[in-house]
Amino acid sequence: MFDLAIIGAGPAGMAAAVEARALGLSVLVVDEQPAPGGQVFRAVEAAHGDAVLGAEYSAGLGLVESFRRSGATFRPGTTLWHLDPDAGELSLTPGGPAQARRVLLATGAQERPVPIAGWTLPGVMGMGAAQIMLKTAGAVPAGRVVLAGQGPLLWLLAVQLKRAGAAPVLVLETTPKGRLGAAFRAGGWFRGRALLLKGLGLLREARGLAVVRAVTGLRAEGAGRVQRVAWDGGSAACDTLLLHEGVVPATQVPLALGLEHAWDAAQQCWRPVVDDYGAASHDRVAVAGDGAGIGGWQAAVAAGQLAALDAAHRLGRLTAAGLAQRAAPVRRMHAEALALRPFLDALYAPSAAVLAPVDDQVMVCRCEEVTAGQVRAAARLGAQGPNQAKTFLRTGMGACQGRMCGATVARLIAEIRGVAPETVAPLRPRAPYKPLTVGQLAGL
Amino acid sequence: MSAPESFQAIIVGGGLVGSAIAWGLAREGLRCVLLDEGDIAFRASRGNFGLVWAQSKGQGAPHYQRWTRYSANAWPELARELADAVGADVGLHQPGGVHLCLSDKEMADRADRMAQMAREAGNSLPFHYRMIEAPELRGMLPQLGPSVVGASFTPYDGHVDPLRLLHALHRAFTGAGGVYVPNAKVERSDAAPRDFRVMAAGRVFEAPRVVLAAGLGNAALAPEFGLSAPVRPQQGQVLVTERVAPIFTMPTTSVRQTMQGSLLLGDSVAEVGYDISQKPAVMAEIAKRAVLSFPFIARLNIVRAWSALRIMPKDGVAIYDQSERFPGAFTANCHSGVTLAGAHARLLAPMIAAGQLDGMLDPFSARRFDVRDAA
Amino acid sequence: MYATRPEARPATVEVFVDGVAVMVPAGASAAAAVLLAGAAAIRETSISGAPRLPYCMMGVCFDCLAEVDGAPNVQACMVAVAPGMRISRQRGARHV
Repeated sequence: MFDLAIIGAGPAGMAAAVEARALGLSVLVVDEQPAPGGQVFRAVEAAHGDAVLGAEYSAGLGLVESFRRSGATFRPGTTLWHLDPDAGELSLTPGGPAQARRVLLATGAQERPVPIAGWTLPGVMGMGAAQIMLKTAGAVPAGRVVLAGQGPLLWLLAVQLKRAGAAPVLVLETTPKGRLGAAFRAGGWFRGRALLLKGLGLLREARGLAVVRAVTGLRAEGAGRVQRVAWDGGSAACDTLLLHEGVVPATQVPLALGLEHAWDAAQQCWRPVVDDYGAASHDRVAVAGDGAGIGGWQAAVAAGQLAALDAAHRLGRLTAAGLAQRAAPVRRMHAEALALRPFLDALYAPSAAVLAPVDDQVMVCRCEEVTAGQVRAAARLGAQGPNQAKTFLRTGMGACQGRMCGATVARLIAEIRGVAPETVAPLRPRAPYKPLTVGQLAGL
Repeated sequence: MSAPESFQAIIVGGGLVGSAIAWGLAREGLRCVLLDEGDIAFRASRGNFGLVWAQSKGQGAPHYQRWTRYSANAWPELARELADAVGADVGLHQPGGVHLCLSDKEMADRADRMAQMAREAGNSLPFHYRMIEAPELRGMLPQLGPSVVGASFTPYDGHVDPLRLLHALHRAFTGAGGVYVPNAKVERSDAAPRDFRVMAAGRVFEAPRVVLAAGLGNAALAPEFGLSAPVRPQQGQVLVTERVAPIFTMPTTSVRQTMQGSLLLGDSVAEVGYDISQKPAVMAEIAKRAVLSFPFIARLNIVRAWSALRIMPKDGVAIYDQSERFPGAFTANCHSGVTLAGAHARLLAPMIAAGQLDGMLDPFSARRFDVRDAA
Repeated sequence: MYATRPEARPATVEVFVDGVAVMVPAGASAAAAVLLAGAAAIRETSISGAPRLPYCMMGVCFDCLAEVDGAPNVQACMVAVAPGMRISRQRGARHV
């Protein structure tokens, strides 16, 4: 029986483990990947010397090293497929189950799906995917690469590819005109100016790349693989099309647990409801990092530390006074890290067409190959949400369990019903959160 | 509240039972409204196993056995009319089916059960079955594991895609002019003989007939209409594997291959009230039995699993009634919405349309519990 | 189609993608190996038979399901390469 089980060895999970161990808690950390780091510091132990990835990435090595030294039990390459928080029982594969008094979900984010025409063609990928190729294999897309979408990652990746001698032939930025003014009005830029300056540095380094701004009507075209990217008013040949419209919390596990969720209007996604320490609506579960709302890795580190302090307090290892005292500086760090969010959220708000494709032919469910038009028809028949649409259309029954289509399906239904997106509850995932074999299950 | 909207029938419950009856009534030419809950609800129709199954139903209750057989017989016609109405292929396949026995004791018990059902069937609708020993069974299902000692077989059994069925029934119902109202949990109702008002979704519906097919919700709803529906939730869990190329020629009670290729592995029974949480220990038991039945299944990935609540009448046998106090009010309660869809759409609905349940449904009345409880 | 940067990460592990040998860096995933091999597809869907390549590379989209060392429908982006690993295209539903 561990005091604290942490799901995910990204910034939040690693920071929580280090803090919890320092407070004397026994800690189990589980991660699907073979090494700690999460997606942001993916493979940093192997790749920190690659200058192309930049200094911020290499800085993650320190966090990984302190995690390795923390004395937490680390089970890499391990999948959580069921969690019973009442019993504190984690079903894990490979290897057996584990027990913990408290569970911290630090499962991070996933890229927001970008359902455009042709996005299932080979050669179309998420920008995060290209970055993972860079981090885990030092590899870059060959041939003509086009980046399309928006967000901080777009410019970071553009610069990384440029440094690696694989600069994109074209950047199609989807941010509409006039957003910068809105972003400055949203505030936070002064307090968050350190991050803002970092972003400006990237933009400076990206100078010289061909950029088309305020792009709409994106689509991928080609026979058997992507060959062209087209948009309203233009088109270009390409071999790899990388899409990105920001990231959203990975809510599969928290939703499956039935944790209370709230609609995040700024980021147009659901996120688990947590208190100042990350404690969720179940009294033995906390959520920290991007999984509780997108804030970036610095905020995730702080959130992880706060969740660890709270765990120690709840388990009687830290007094209320001790908690308050230790939390104060972490809280300041957390607020600092989040300062630029209003600016970024306003600048990079996803357009309506990204959230609910206008074209009925666009495939929204990649697994079961279901189009936007079919979802709209199911909504007109009376499906009130993604759970009913799932029974009618199989959207969410495929291998990804709705990770790629759930939000889009809900959005399309909201559109047809004429209701606000937050009135359509999200897909309710079930275990196994990730596949396991019948034999593995039978061997329990 | 808005002005009352008049219909010839109000059906409460948009699951498989309610929508099969609703389609049957709409096909009879009645102007119907179908009231349903919303996206999040206890829906057995989302969680069932998809068998059209006669061989396990009605032991000790010959009327239930007969009704199930009628339904299995009516199923091809239901599938055909749904194909005609909305072009739906619900994947009906009735090649007969087997119940696998994993020990000599299971085999002996099963043989007794089948013999009793054959006795109870009598000669009017004889119940043909065979107990098949392992060597012959392997010829039918070559992937069987060494633990399988045999099976019972009846030619009446089969399976269907229950989700396509639900979708098709909804499309056929609305295509025939039926009105579907979601998020319409019954808030209030007024009952008088052949004169009913139901308030739901901020609207008022009135009709000379009301059919209660609200699943577990019937327990609370029925008394409002002078009826009784003693049903309880019974949890079942099911596992689904990745798709595999067609491999089984017939369904079994615990493993079947869907028309998409997935294997469904089921299903468990637990009396846990209104609890749909999944239990790894129960899931492991399902997996174990599936692997003993067909060892190759061990290698397959489980891509999905769920638990859902059956609507279980007190004695396991379906309940059908017309209200004595308020004629025109009917209930339908069962845990076999798939198997009985044929009977509900093609036999029960015409009775409801005509205003009178056939005498063969008398033994299904909930009044049977009054007698028993009084005794 | 992806290319390695030997100056950053030398390709030291030999794997076979649809039977063709390809050298990839240690730490790469089986899905990355397919991209580095320049394969036209990692799977053909069981619905329409359409070709797919990995989309997310982080375990979310399940578009990288492939046959890895004889085991079908493996999430190839979640498996690190090992010397001699055989990665083949998943063609529709699994055959048993």
